[in-house]
Amino acid sequence: MPSHRSIAPQQNGRSALREKLTRWDVKTAPYLYIAPFFLIFIATGLFPIGYTAVISLMEWDMVRGTGEFVGFDQYWRVLSAPEFWIALRNTVSIFLLSTIPQLVAAIIIAAALDRNIRARTFWRMSVLVPYVMAPVAVALIFSNMFGDKFGLVNSLLTQLGMTSIPWHTDPFASHVAIATMVNFRWTGYNTLILLAAMQAIPREYYEAATVDGAGAIRQFLSITIPGLRGTLIFVVVTSTIGGLQVFDEPRMYDHTGTGGPDNQWLTIALYLYNVGWGEWDFGRAAAMAWILFALILLVGLINLIVTRGLVRDDSAAVAEDAGRRARRARRATHDNAQPVEEASR
Amino acid sequence: MVTRKHNIIRFGAGAAAAGLLLSGCAPAAEDDAASGDVTLTVGTFNDSGFADEMFAEYEELNPGVKIIHNKAATTDDARTNFFQKLGKTGLSDIEYVEGDWLPEVMEYSDLLAPVPADLKDRWLDWKVEEATDPEGNLIGYGTDIGPLAICYRSDLFEAAGLPADRDAVAELLGGDWARYFEVGDQYVEATGLPFFDSARGVWQGMINQIAAPYEDPKSGAITATENDEVRDSYDQLLAASATQSAHLSQWSTDWYAAMANGGFATMLCPGWMLGVIEGNAKDVTTWDVANVFPNGGGNWGGSYLTVPASGANVEEAQKLADWLTAPEQQLKYFENAGLFPSQVEAMSSPVLLEATNPFFNDAPIGQIFSDRAQAVEVAPFKGELYFQVATAMGDAIARVEDGTQDAAASWDQWVEKVNSIE
Repeated sequence: MPSHRSIAPQQNGRSALREKLTRWDVKTAPYLYIAPFFLIFIATGLFPIGYTAVISLMEWDMVRGTGEFVGFDQYWRVLSAPEFWIALRNTVSIFLLSTIPQLVAAIIIAAALDRNIRARTFWRMSVLVPYVMAPVAVALIFSNMFGDKFGLVNSLLTQLGMTSIPWHTDPFASHVAIATMVNFRWTGYNTLILLAAMQAIPREYYEAATVDGAGAIRQFLSITIPGLRGTLIFVVVTSTIGGLQVFDEPRMYDHTGTGGPDNQWLTIALYLYNVGWGEWDFGRAAAMAWILFALILLVGLINLIVTRGLVRDDSAAVAEDAGRRARRARRATHDNAQPVEEASR
Repeated sequence: MVTRKHNIIRFGAGAAAAGLLLSGCAPAAEDDAASGDVTLTVGTFNDSGFADEMFAEYEELNPGVKIIHNKAATTDDARTNFFQKLGKTGLSDIEYVEGDWLPEVMEYSDLLAPVPADLKDRWLDWKVEEATDPEGNLIGYGTDIGPLAICYRSDLFEAAGLPADRDAVAELLGGDWARYFEVGDQYVEATGLPFFDSARGVWQGMINQIAAPYEDPKSGAITATENDEVRDSYDQLLAASATQSAHLSQWSTDWYAAMANGGFATMLCPGWMLGVIEGNAKDVTTWDVANVFPNGGGNWGGSYLTVPASGANVEEAQKLADWLTAPEQQLKYFENAGLFPSQVEAMSSPVLLEATNPFFNDAPIGQIFSDRAQAVEVAPFKGELYFQVATAMGDAIARVEDGTQDAAASWDQWVEKVNSIE
């Protein structure tokens, strides 16, 4: 690019036009490149969001495409339905049962994979296999395992002389079963992300720590975890979004897919689906979607603050300091480069 | 530089094309009116019994007509698809509609092309009634019905000291529901094993014998919670199910497994259930079907073909729907999938009456199910809120079955739920 520019002024009129086009190109091309995403986003993302907001204020007949304005009635109806609060309880319970063990396991597995082991790539790829499986297939297999009478888990338990667990009756048992499916699918995914972040931690830290006599656990706690801070925040936020929207697993957990006769495993996303596609009440479903959105925002924010507060110590500050210095250095080189370009015009 | 710009333009064009595809869906097949060629689409789900040979035969009989068969995996998928596109475009020229969600379809009967008046006499009266709107328009071409009989395990009956022969069982169970549960008590006493599969399944049989179970046929208002017939059946069923039910949830893996391992001795059997039992209990040789049903007759399930009025080929579609529900074709899907015909004429056909089923110990299923179909007296009224009330009732029964609540508490929770339905 600079070579073009430095030649251009020495050429005739035709080249002036070319120069103009070039400048126009440089200015607008980036926007053209990113435009397709934003156009598609407006059509498939922003428009439905706005449309949902409008419908949530109406008593909507989807088939005829007409509705009657009812203001915030739908929101009050959602918030005053006992099912909503049960669904909220279930969602939070499943969310905690899946996110916490999942992240703990993912960090530990990632740390193990970060070591010098034989057939590293094989092990690393293997952790991703469950994630590649279709959620519906996972749910089908696990539903069979968690059958109340003839399921694998209960058969094992009774053979070992224990009482069988009412997987589809007791709310907590059903949450554990569903969280197991979620964990099975997502642990490997988070492991890979955390592994990538771990590999970005400079090896010198570990070498220095080893010289100072720090053991593996101490190194893990004082170097690895703080080094993962940014990635952990990312993983926690994405897990929050996914966890609060959990739908496939509870829907596939039994054959009716409505969340249990006593709403034992009814989650908010499932409740939303039942209201929208079971009762065809799209106004109320839309209101619920907005409530879910607000909820995710709230929980995501809390998680962000908690994660930031927990994972913060000296070496994080050191890393941040190093980052700041690097950025300053980069800016300096950039500033130096600028005058050269200006001069060539 | 020039190449780069070209690339931008080309990329822009590609994005625009992609956008068109995204927003517009695939354009519907246009018909070449001049040559008289017509393409008809038929949307079905599950195993509707419509085989490709049937469509090929129609294409041969009607040169210039081409049929495309779109199959959805489940009735839920089909229901979602139907209501999302009804009132807009994109539905098949003929759509298969299940009896369960027909009441919801009736609310939009004006969006469907009515069945020509001269065809109305072909079907059983109540089959026509269910799909006729207040203006008198029939909007569904009846396909199958689900007349109810009782399937039972002859070896288990024998072990309990009960008669095992199918005629003797029919005699034994003849009577009302009280009689059925009485035999159930005898069975449980003798063996200590469950008599029937699930209270929810039996409920299907009981509720379909009440003329107006959940809603007032005139006003459409919900009357379910004050209906004594509903309450009495509910109490009677749940009192019996405490000892007699296997407490299995229908369509669950446990339920399927129990068909093969003797988890229960009897179950309610609409014609289409025979295939379900056979498929899940292949190695069992003692399943049989008795020509009897408590309180006479009952119907569970059955579907319709509908023709959306917004389609491009309404007239041609009506012709095809007419042909697909004619007696000869109804007998074909009886053979293909065990779906019992809803046509008066098909029901007296020797092909049907002489049909037997080897899996069910060579039971004369044609004769049995036409007897059961003739015995159906009540076609329950199902309004637009039927689906929701019935779902809530299913949950209420399931709560008692799995021991979460007792019958009275579960009823109260059901009342609360029904009251919140608008």
